[in-house]
Amino acid sequence: MERRCLGRARVSDAPLEARVLHAGSAAGEALVLDEPLSFWGGFDAASGIIVDRHHPQRGASIAGRFLVLPESRGSAGTPAGVAEAVRRGTGPVGIVLGRADMNVAIGALVAAKLYAIEVPVLVIGDAERSRVRTGDRLRSDNHGMIYVSRAG
Amino acid sequence: MSAQAPLLLDDRDRALLDGSEGEAMRFAMQVVVRAAEIARAERLEDISFAHIDACFYNGQAHVDFARYMVDNGARLAVRAWTNTSLVSQIDEEIRPREDDPVVIGGARLLMDLYERLGCEPVWTCAPYQLPERPELGEHIVASESNAVAFYNSVIGARSNKYGDYLDVCAALVGRVPYAGLHTDEGRRGELLVRLDAVPPALRREDIFHHVLGHYLGRLAGSRVAVIEGLPADSNDDQLKAVSAAAAASGAVALFHALGVTPEAPDADTAFQGRAPAQVVDVDPAALVEARDSLSVGGAGTLAMVALGTPHFSFTEFERLVPLIDGRRVHADTLFYVSTSRHVRARIERQGWTPILERAGVRVIVDTCTYFSPAVRGCRGRVMTNSAKWAYYAPGMLPVEPVFGSLEECVESAVRGEVWREARLWSGDAWGVRA
Repeated sequence: MERRCLGRARVSDAPLEARVLHAGSAAGEALVLDEPLSFWGGFDAASGIIVDRHHPQRGASIAGRFLVLPESRGSAGTPAGVAEAVRRGTGPVGIVLGRADMNVAIGALVAAKLYAIEVPVLVIGDAERSRVRTGDRLRSDNHGMIYVSRAG
Repeated sequence: MSAQAPLLLDDRDRALLDGSEGEAMRFAMQVVVRAAEIARAERLEDISFAHIDACFYNGQAHVDFARYMVDNGARLAVRAWTNTSLVSQIDEEIRPREDDPVVIGGARLLMDLYERLGCEPVWTCAPYQLPERPELGEHIVASESNAVAFYNSVIGARSNKYGDYLDVCAALVGRVPYAGLHTDEGRRGELLVRLDAVPPALRREDIFHHVLGHYLGRLAGSRVAVIEGLPADSNDDQLKAVSAAAAASGAVALFHALGVTPEAPDADTAFQGRAPAQVVDVDPAALVEARDSLSVGGAGTLAMVALGTPHFSFTEFERLVPLIDGRRVHADTLFYVSTSRHVRARIERQGWTPILERAGVRVIVDTCTYFSPAVRGCRGRVMTNSAKWAYYAPGMLPVEPVFGSLEECVESAVRGEVWREARLWSGDAWGVRA
């Protein structure tokens, strides 16, 4: 994949180069999850809040955030959970995964088709993912480059 | 990023992408192609059958997708059956529309849309109990976790665990990415699980199969386990229990059982000539721990018995009926059995319905007790013979599951309180010192 110069100052370290599962540009504040999330059962699409009682980030809202997580968990219902959150506006603006997670990507693809809202789904390695902290500002382009900036 | 060989498509695949069969079929093909790219598959494979989960309502996005397909001329390429639903089309009173008009109305509409799309409305999570099973080596689509595990392991049909939307799209175009469990390599055993220390008599008990599945899921995660030591005559209900429990507590989509399942006549075949990456000798104490983790509730009064997760089979009814015949469930205890309309029709023809009704047993179809308001409104102890039910219930319902055998469930229901059969729970039975 080619790197593109965006003619803009780099916001922090070198950008992260991601594998693109669903393309799109997005910007938002990172919410980093320590464990996989089930978008069916572990997440309430009406409110955007993580409800899995075993999840370390239980109670956090993913609405409008750039969601960073290892992968989704289990259920066949995950793609529709992603699409439903996008439809309601309670979903993330972008998703960064630790592994190529088909369920999340298909959810974003169907949401784009039905609702014309693009939520990019990107994959980076564990080492890169560990560089991102909750509260960082993330911006991704159509080619899978993720720019990270940190306040202070 | 390393270059990926382009996905090999045939003429029909390309025609679909070009829109030759309309916008919905184009989109379905795009979804399958995207899935193949994500899986890094080099080609697609024809399927013969699909059991789809996207008919299980969880919001308007489910309805919008189905409506888009129906309205834009989508047509199934293969026979497709429906998974269990949030509501029953037949037993409407289980969950009346007034309970939650948006959700129940949405769920009913979704069921109608999938029938209009051409799916056969079997509404069951145990489609393998119906006639006309796929055959060994046949490529299919399954999505409900226990069905994926059963089809792969017990029948030897080949399916990955497909999520919503992709299951439907694959059924529409009749193709899946050739990857994962569709390939020989993906079906190779990875770890060997030996039962030598488990008493042979216990290995014949139904509760053992549930507990083994629960243990196996936690041990194996998503790896392909090869079990050595299951009785050669383990029946489909017992193998259903292993499949369902292992898929629930872990992410098991395929296991082999030596001398039992079709791809494991011997270890060499199951491991495809290689050595297992790990060998585990099952410690009976670990099984007891897994068993006990399935019972949150202890002794005392019983609010309900819930059987049929996954759906109760005809042969399970064949065992239940003589146990309950002439008896009466306690006035303060509910007794529900979830099954498919196919199996319920069979038990009706068999003349068993009045026996069950007289005893106070309620048989529901199309759905699961998890989604029944009778269970949702229920507090306290609920007894089940299903490790899967016992594992999921505490997260979904305000109940304390108690796991036990079918006989214990029936006797407890009649008494209105938890009853244990001492021989099943002794240390000796499980091969541990008391």
